[in-house]
Amino acid sequence: MIDAANTAVSPLISARDLTKHFTVGKTMRPGSGRTVHAVEDVTLDVYRGETLGLVGESGSGKSTLGRCMTRLCDSTSGSLVFDGEDITRTGERGLLPVRRRMQMIFQDPSASLNPRRRVRDLVGDAVRVHGIRKGRAVEDWLRELMDIVGLRAEYLDRYPHEFSGGQRQRIGIARALAVEPELIVADEPVSALDVSVQAQIVNLFSELRERLNLTYVFIAHDLAVVRQVSTRVAVMYLGALVEIGETEDLYARPRHPYTEALLSAVPQARNRGRRSRIILEGEIPSPLNPPKGCKFSTRCPFAKERCHAERPELLPAGSGRSVACHYPLGSAAG
Amino acid sequence: MVFAILQRLAQMLFVLFGISALVFLIFFATPGSDPAARIAGRNAAQETVEAIRKDFGFDRPLPVQYAIMMEKLFVSRDLTSFVNRGLEVVPQVMRAAPITLSLVFGAAVLWVVGSIAVGVLAAMTRDTIIDKGLMILALIGVSMPVFWLGELLNLVSQSRFHDTFLFSWVPGLGYKPFFDGPWLWFKTLVIPWFTLAALYIGIYGRVLRANLVETYQEDYIRTARAKGLSPSRVMIRHALRMSLIPFVTMFGMDFGVLVGGAALLTEVVFGLNGVGRLTYQAMLNLDLPMILATVMYASFFVVVTNALVDILYVVIDPRVRGN
Amino acid sequence: MQETSSVNAPLLDVQGLSVSFSTDRGRVKAIDDVSFKVAEGEILSIVGESGSGKSVTLMSLLGLNDPKTTFVDGAVSFRGRHLLEMPDRELRRLRGKEIGLISQDPMTALTPVYTIGWQIAEQIRAHENVSKSAALKRAVELLAAVGLPNPDEAKDRYPHQLSGGMRQRAVIAMALSCNPKLLVADEPTTALDVTVQAQVLDLLLRLRDDFGSAIILITHDMGVVAEVADRVHVMYAGRIVEKGAAEAIFERPMHPYSWGLMASIPPIDGPRLPRLPSIPGMPPSPEAIPPGCAFAPRCRFARAACAERPPQRREGDHTVLCVLDAKEREELRASVLGEAVAA
Repeated sequence: MIDAANTAVSPLISARDLTKHFTVGKTMRPGSGRTVHAVEDVTLDVYRGETLGLVGESGSGKSTLGRCMTRLCDSTSGSLVFDGEDITRTGERGLLPVRRRMQMIFQDPSASLNPRRRVRDLVGDAVRVHGIRKGRAVEDWLRELMDIVGLRAEYLDRYPHEFSGGQRQRIGIARALAVEPELIVADEPVSALDVSVQAQIVNLFSELRERLNLTYVFIAHDLAVVRQVSTRVAVMYLGALVEIGETEDLYARPRHPYTEALLSAVPQARNRGRRSRIILEGEIPSPLNPPKGCKFSTRCPFAKERCHAERPELLPAGSGRSVACHYPLGSAAG
Repeated sequence: MVFAILQRLAQMLFVLFGISALVFLIFFATPGSDPAARIAGRNAAQETVEAIRKDFGFDRPLPVQYAIMMEKLFVSRDLTSFVNRGLEVVPQVMRAAPITLSLVFGAAVLWVVGSIAVGVLAAMTRDTIIDKGLMILALIGVSMPVFWLGELLNLVSQSRFHDTFLFSWVPGLGYKPFFDGPWLWFKTLVIPWFTLAALYIGIYGRVLRANLVETYQEDYIRTARAKGLSPSRVMIRHALRMSLIPFVTMFGMDFGVLVGGAALLTEVVFGLNGVGRLTYQAMLNLDLPMILATVMYASFFVVVTNALVDILYVVIDPRVRGN
Repeated sequence: MQETSSVNAPLLDVQGLSVSFSTDRGRVKAIDDVSFKVAEGEILSIVGESGSGKSVTLMSLLGLNDPKTTFVDGAVSFRGRHLLEMPDRELRRLRGKEIGLISQDPMTALTPVYTIGWQIAEQIRAHENVSKSAALKRAVELLAAVGLPNPDEAKDRYPHQLSGGMRQRAVIAMALSCNPKLLVADEPTTALDVTVQAQVLDLLLRLRDDFGSAIILITHDMGVVAEVADRVHVMYAGRIVEKGAAEAIFERPMHPYSWGLMASIPPIDGPRLPRLPSIPGMPPSPEAIPPGCAFAPRCRFARAACAERPPQRREGDHTVLCVLDAKEREELRASVLGEAVAA
């Protein structure tokens, strides 16, 4: 499919020190606004054909990062390169061809589909805007898309409210696929769905990747689902990447204390009662006022003095793993 | 908190300045017309126009003109109408203001109490005959034109049945000042109040009912019921309290606009020489100084009620207080 | 029947509960002949997907459904008293005092314009004749009991000033305020992050031990059930299709729907599956529930007999509504869960 050398050298999209700040509560009084550090210094490469899972709790900045990567919001600093082209500050007009190549899928399929438009228009608009197909071929392409996402072609003439949640998410996927993108950023695409339907959509994501040669950034808070779909997983905490690595390796041997706590907190139906759970004290600190040293230091069971003073960098830790921790788990020093 | 209120007051002054500057520019700095001639009114003598030009400084730069105008309006308060032969404008407005305020305040009390009663009762008896009846009544209230309702009430109370025991208490048309006798003031205004309030009771009652019905779908209402609270407590302390937030917004808008002169029709029907009527007459005569004064007065009330609503918000909704 | 053994009488006994709603298209049956019991101090978990009727069941026990559009049938006895026949006034005295509700979304479960201390005190004062300050003092103690840091300061906070986890603790403190015998928790952790969810589940277990309240936990998350439940009822399309002790349900689930539910959760350790064994199709809407086994249209093992109402099979006190007999069940279960666990 893709040769290994190529994969190793050129990422499809890569972020360098990407940072996004929001200002809140700004009034006429000078200096009154406070800064939300939503995403801070994230450096991340996504390679062709892989699925990068992005996990974290609410407030971790994973959705903001996804939006910055697709340029749905502008980053405060840092750079973003898509297939060798710097798109950090490219204007809307210049972005149009890039927009076609990367698409976003959202959590709530009903909120992101205009209720007054038929599926044909919802999916077909982008095809026409980007000139993916012309004339008669548009119709054929729409029918093919419906087939790809597992819906009947007759559904093209229906309105979004006539569908169930799972079907709506399929329409959302069809809409994203309509422009033949290379990269899909999916933000919590299955978390609004029932368990039995969720499994169907998760499978659909996996099938599509192989069939259409897609690259995914899969953002979710559900660690089990992320494990199922991802080739690599990045863990975020309070706007920063704390750990990134190959999926199975990362789940089996987490090296950041936060990753370990997060994994242990997931309630599991299988091997009931056989796991020891780490219950973290307290809650995620406010992104308005993140801790000075390591962001996790306020809740970390192993925090030492250095952790409160100095922020650890995300450093390679062997076999494709990077960890942002002064004392990673499983190392001699820790 | 105090800072927030001061900030709001500063904003208010800024907005008022903006409005006055805008009004001034529209009236006196429109290219191609002579403002002095406009102030003088139709068919004015050439000497009058010249006198005005000098008096208002229309031969001097615009900021000076603006300053002179504001000085006449707020400091010396001797801005004079030329259409009405030297009538001073500010005292006119000051005389009309209490009349409008009396009318609108009374009507506002009626419509707030009335619409809350209608809304709450309808929401509590949702989908029953009572609810449907109230909503039809409210719709009738909304659809009756003020001038028609007012004239009808006048016809009934002033002529047809004036001599019966029902309406013999109704005094003749026109305003009776509060300090001359509160009881007479009250009797004069009862019917105008009701006339003006009917429309708003209808609108607010319907909106409030819809808000309450929507609020009843909320989780916190379920929580309140699951706590074992009585239905009336759930309604008043939880549902109504939340529904009052949009209610206050609407009220602030309507109240400000009415005090600013939008109660014109009611004023005319009941012979009340309020601000609405004053504005209307000034417009008919193209009495520029008077229009300027009433517009400033109206915008003052709109801005003040909006500021009050903002402050009231802080009181009723802790979420706007910030941290 | 239970008079002789009042010691063992269940706290809550629901027999043949049916609930229907009147809609534009006539009456729709949401709950069909549901029976279950809750013993004192027990955690019963009702599992099901959205639309399975699990919330509706509990809301109708508490009389919280709109009486104009909801029709409830059956017998519900709570500590020997019949809830469904009870006049509203009397039921209100029970709600919040003997039965506490913890609702799903802590973000919306509290009235935004009152402090949490005020809201807890309001509930205490609705049931007990105590002064405002005494009620507030109790509220502070409760907030401390559920692990809110600085409870004395927290009582003066408005809901929007607290994080989701803190709000859920406040909701739990409120539900506990009158020492209820029964806590009804409707998806109490669904809206929370995993690390916070772990804290809240831990809290619920601790409260059961400290306060001795029985808990009915409604959830769609098999993982959550596995963590806390003593007994488990699986609901599908308005019926309880399987009941049993938690160990039995997780070790030897009997209903094909339960198999599907368990198999469709991806594992967090062990080998990854090439694809998740999902249940095809989607749950029926209440208007379109088939007369026989409601799960049959999505069931891999459906047969002609499934068009009839399924029989109840039992193994001890583990029961299931399904035609499969014991022998065939074992084989088919291995074919579904075996491939999931051992692939």
